[in-house]
Amino acid sequence: MTTTEILEILKEKFSVEQFEIQSNIGGEILIVPSNVLLDLCFFLRDDERLAFDSLMNLSGVDLADGEKKKLEDGSFEIVGGHLATYYHLHSFKHNHKLTLKVLLPRENPVVPSVERVWRSADWHEREAYDLFGIVFEGHHNLKRILLPDDWDGYPLRKDYKVQEFYQGMKVPY
Amino acid sequence: MISDQLAEILGNKIIAYLITAAIPLFLFLVPYALYAVYAERKVSAFMQDRIGPNRVGPKGLLQTIADILKLIQKEDIIPKSADKPIFVMAPYVVFMGTFAAFAAIPFSSVFIGSNINLGVFYIMAVSSFSVIGILMAGWAGNNKYSLYGAMRSVAQIVSYEVPALLAIVSAVMVIGTLNLNEISEMQTARFWNWWIFGGPLQGIQKFLLIVPMLVAFVIFFVASLAEVNRTPFDIPEAESELVAGFHTEYTGMKFAIFFLAEYGNMFVVSAISTAIFFGGWQSPFGYLGNSFSIPLLVPIEQVFWFLFKSLSLVLVQMWLRWTLPRLRVDQLMAVCWKYLTPYAFVNLVLIGIISLI
Amino acid sequence: MAELKTDHLVLNMGPQHPSTHGVLRLEVVLDGEVVIDVIPHIGYLHRCFEKHCEAMTYPMVIPYTDRMDYLASMYMNFGYVEAVEKLMNIEIPERVKYIRVIMGELQRIASHLVAIGTFGIDIGAFTPFLYCFRDRERILDLFEMTCGARLLYNYMWIGGLSHDLPPMFIPELKSFLKDFRKNIKELNDLLSYNKIFIERTANIGILPADTAINYGCTGPVLRGSGVNWDLRKNDPYSIYDRFDFEVCVGKGEIGTVGDCWNRYMVRVREMEQSCLIIEQAIEQLPEGDVTSAIPKRVKPPVGEIYFRVESPKGELGYHIISDGTVNPFRVKVRAPSFVNLQILPVISKGYLVADIIANLGSLDIVLGEIDR
Repeated sequence: MTTTEILEILKEKFSVEQFEIQSNIGGEILIVPSNVLLDLCFFLRDDERLAFDSLMNLSGVDLADGEKKKLEDGSFEIVGGHLATYYHLHSFKHNHKLTLKVLLPRENPVVPSVERVWRSADWHEREAYDLFGIVFEGHHNLKRILLPDDWDGYPLRKDYKVQEFYQGMKVPY
Repeated sequence: MISDQLAEILGNKIIAYLITAAIPLFLFLVPYALYAVYAERKVSAFMQDRIGPNRVGPKGLLQTIADILKLIQKEDIIPKSADKPIFVMAPYVVFMGTFAAFAAIPFSSVFIGSNINLGVFYIMAVSSFSVIGILMAGWAGNNKYSLYGAMRSVAQIVSYEVPALLAIVSAVMVIGTLNLNEISEMQTARFWNWWIFGGPLQGIQKFLLIVPMLVAFVIFFVASLAEVNRTPFDIPEAESELVAGFHTEYTGMKFAIFFLAEYGNMFVVSAISTAIFFGGWQSPFGYLGNSFSIPLLVPIEQVFWFLFKSLSLVLVQMWLRWTLPRLRVDQLMAVCWKYLTPYAFVNLVLIGIISLI
Repeated sequence: MAELKTDHLVLNMGPQHPSTHGVLRLEVVLDGEVVIDVIPHIGYLHRCFEKHCEAMTYPMVIPYTDRMDYLASMYMNFGYVEAVEKLMNIEIPERVKYIRVIMGELQRIASHLVAIGTFGIDIGAFTPFLYCFRDRERILDLFEMTCGARLLYNYMWIGGLSHDLPPMFIPELKSFLKDFRKNIKELNDLLSYNKIFIERTANIGILPADTAINYGCTGPVLRGSGVNWDLRKNDPYSIYDRFDFEVCVGKGEIGTVGDCWNRYMVRVREMEQSCLIIEQAIEQLPEGDVTSAIPKRVKPPVGEIYFRVESPKGELGYHIISDGTVNPFRVKVRAPSFVNLQILPVISKGYLVADIIANLGSLDIVLGEIDR
């Protein structure tokens, strides 16, 4: 089933104007707003025709499409623009795939957690929170997972600056 | 006995006893443990398609001696939160149980530390003394793994004593004595007089006894494996779960003493099996010393046969260790209480009936 | 008698522990020997691979992929280069495709051998481990022959391979396959059907199929639960559709479908299937040049791809976003162990301490790819 066909089914329940299909080399991407994400995910999982029973991958991305501001020390800071989360869904039953993309404002990246839909999102969301600072609302245990709990900053953001000291140890080498 | 002869020569009983006590330690136990470790490593290497220790000395023969030298030099670490006196005492308590058991082991008709009438009983009693040491070690180390190891170990040893003793009792019932030297003496002449083949009895009784005796031996051997914490019953030390069990916190010489005790224990249980079921120090074919009429040769041959049989059983223990996986703690208890103990009871009754015939 | 106040015991298993398969810390909440809860703590091996990638050109990332699942480096290369090739739309020579499959399947055997051997150690059987390593050694010898490295190969390049097969490779491989079949039988006699081993692993850590899917489990963990799913078969990539092989699933002839024993047995059977694939690939192997299609400059067009392959541990996905420069804009790796490890608390609750170790061993994790 292609993304366009899936969009046809989605018409029944959602107003499709809010969705947008982005064409891409590795398969089309469905861009969805964050406020309907949770309902959409439940629908995608539970509808018999779609039956997306597994979340294969969830990645956070820093789109870095904001304004770059030079700082005094030579590094830069990005203001405005977006972060994004990608959801790569897959159905064991029908063997079809779907990619969702949610754009989030860089200053306040909040997105509903899909952990209740697919349990595999648990650690993926924690990872995205850890490395991008994307907040997943409704996640039962949103803590840093790969980095120490008291680490500063979100390393995978394009304007990440390494902290000088971590617990008295010099960090940049 | 040697101690009495020495007392006559030296004119002092205490010194004589001390010397006789030290002989098994320095002449036998320490070299035995060193080379048992070496043998274990070589046996495992042989089973696993590798070479094993081969650097120190010819064929790696000095490897364990080098290891001991290393262990002696190691810093003796006592954890800050440990209960110091108990922590220090524990390895010696464990070792004491093992070492004391050596007193009643009949190496030959002339060399036995103490020829007491309660030999079997004494060894079983004294070797279970090490439980206290293990509990002390596990508790004093103040480490959760140690504590788990110690608790498991105690539960295991105490449980497995029941089938082990029942098996021995059933054998002793026909044998009629607890004196290990006498038991060995009984099974004289040829190997079909060993108790595992029905002993020196005559007629139908002997044939009826073969199977129950074999069962008794198997029960005792399995239970004794559990008592010395060897695979498949090495749950107290279960490396993959509990790191090193009750001796997790020990270093250097104290650690080595636990090892010494473990290998000593392996020998003790093998020695009991040998003395009761496999003819003790008796040769299976008669003595060269008798055929060539050199009477001095006979005791030496006896020592040889006793060690040969016991060490073969030690080898079997090693073989099992490198072949089998480990049971889980609840399965271990199930083996003891659901299988070994009932079988041991049935066996006891059977042997009792046979001995009445 | 006044009520005794009891409390749970929290045991920290790791980061230094003999059987956490690396630097994993498990916070185990215990009631006596019974497990109340397991909380895995990861990140001890974190080196921010994904951040590194953004500063590298595409070919420079390949050695980093080696270091993720260091027991299946070939397959890590495989997934990455196939993803980039797809992004750039490069057609690669036939010979390269076949050699990649041969190497990939050899790597699968090697990885499963480690999984099986260390699982044996977790259960307390030491000897099978060395038997497994003896066979793995011969695979590593084959790799060494080909590319000079034994663990981290950097062998598959974008558009080709670093070296062609040496002349002695095929005969050596054939003799290995011949011996290896016998060794699998020996392994089954020694470990798989050992009574104690079965007691320890059958009916332990049962993972129902729907839970496995919901938690995103893949690879032998998913197949052990009876789900017939293998990307090589169901979503073929590279040239896997040309080979005839079976997907091994847990059948539950011993224990229950989805328990440790079935997960373990899936791996044993997969090794046999891998032998089959390799044999077919050797027969069909065409002649040709393996470096002819390597692009001078790797600069994919703007776009992104999520490409997944069936690594020995499960579904390995690369999500690569290109902004049209020589550096990837974003590389996200969907590491199979990372997802599979999440299931550990679910399947361990209510069992004993020793079963955590069995469960962990049967999941076959590699911390290198979990922490990245």
